[in-house]
Amino acid sequence: MKSPGFWRLVTVAAAVLALEALCRGGVIDPYTMIAPSQMAVAMLDIVRHADWFWADARYTFQNVVAAILLSTMLGFPIGLGIHALPRLRRVLNPVLLSYYSVPTFVFYPLLIVIFGIGPASLIVMGAMFGIVAMICATLAAIDRIPRVYNKVARVAGMGACETAVRIQLPAATPHLFTGLKLAVAYSVIGVIAGEFILATAGLGRQLTLAYNEFDSPKMYGLILLILIAVAALNGVLQGLEARLYRRWYRS
Amino acid sequence: MKQRWSDYALLVAGLLVLWQVAYYVVGAEALTPPLETARRLAALVAADGFWSHARATGIAFLYASVLALGGGLVMGIAIGSSTMAHEILSPILGTLYSIPKIMLYPVILLIFGLGLTAKVAFGAIHGFFPVVLFTIGAIRNLPPVMLRTGRVLQLSWPSLVGHIYLPACLPEIFTGLRIGFSTTLLGTLIGELFASSEGLGFLLSRAMESHNVPDIMALTLLLFLIATGANTIILAVESRLQAHAT
Repeated sequence: MKSPGFWRLVTVAAAVLALEALCRGGVIDPYTMIAPSQMAVAMLDIVRHADWFWADARYTFQNVVAAILLSTMLGFPIGLGIHALPRLRRVLNPVLLSYYSVPTFVFYPLLIVIFGIGPASLIVMGAMFGIVAMICATLAAIDRIPRVYNKVARVAGMGACETAVRIQLPAATPHLFTGLKLAVAYSVIGVIAGEFILATAGLGRQLTLAYNEFDSPKMYGLILLILIAVAALNGVLQGLEARLYRRWYRS
Repeated sequence: MKQRWSDYALLVAGLLVLWQVAYYVVGAEALTPPLETARRLAALVAADGFWSHARATGIAFLYASVLALGGGLVMGIAIGSSTMAHEILSPILGTLYSIPKIMLYPVILLIFGLGLTAKVAFGAIHGFFPVVLFTIGAIRNLPPVMLRTGRVLQLSWPSLVGHIYLPACLPEIFTGLRIGFSTTLLGTLIGELFASSEGLGFLLSRAMESHNVPDIMALTLLLFLIATGANTIILAVESRLQAHAT
């Protein structure tokens, strides 16, 4: 009896090998998809030799970071404000819940009119994607604070500000982290979607160029690269989250 | 109930005021004001060919929903009812759920070409994962006593699913279906934006290309109304189910 981790690795490896066989065997033609091994080679090639790579990667990275900062730093206080007004919250609930089924990036051309083609439009785009996840997570996080904490604050005679900083923020931190994770994921999507549509630089822009030029190795190399980067970011955040929860529940 | 309606009236009024203010701030080349947008929307809906586009989107969304929700439910029950399958596959599904699916749009286009299948595939990969993950989560969180009861009664697998899994997990599964519904709609529309010659998403991408701000605003308003309306209805059903369950 091997561990589930072992079988998970076997499953993934089998899927990749099957894909490799289908591509090498000619069942999937190379214009549709290149073999996984060729994708990996193409990815390394891009990182090592492509002269555009580092500039575009930095451009995307900076915009993503700015979008994450913007969405979390605005989303948290907005979430607090909505939570303090139950009636507003009840009214806004359907809007918040259906926000992610509307393709937000249709506003991207309008953002370009307002901010011009450049980092500002992309950052606002990413932040528009991320901010609602942060707001929802803030609401959920404050909901989950045990009521007894607030009673303690009242017994200790704390004011609203002191309660927020010394009781609510620390108690809500692990759940807020879940929001941060989502805000990160959505900011990445927002920025890359913006770069797809219209931009002068960035990895999303390079991907569109590759697709338009039928440059399969460049396209699949880039997709693999971005997927690995996102998965790595996710893994790091998930690890931090698990650690945070453990510490929180132990104390 | 009356309170509710006044709440919604307030919400709509608030959003309209915000919108109007935003219009004054950023100017006419980036936004159209609410009234003009509503007029433009009415004109669009009355225009020739609008309904054939709407029907194209509806059909693609229907196919994608059946695939995503049905497939997700079946897979979720199958994986959730086996500890081994859950431990092996759930992390993989979680990772797949978290990757930005918009990255895959060139791949989908290359595989399926332009047209209905690409839209449906794009909608389905968006909606499938939340449904699977919520269904698995719901079944894994069942009180063990229910499963033991099923074993004592020697229920067959179909009646185990029909009499224990589905009724006991209904509220959580429904949450998964609601999220799956939203993401399927999003995926279908994105598919249409990038890869289609008909549908509401296509109208939107045409408006985006020709930089037709009134059309962009009117179509976005329409999509937002559809999404919010459908979500509100599903939420009402969901909260009734949850009240019923407790």
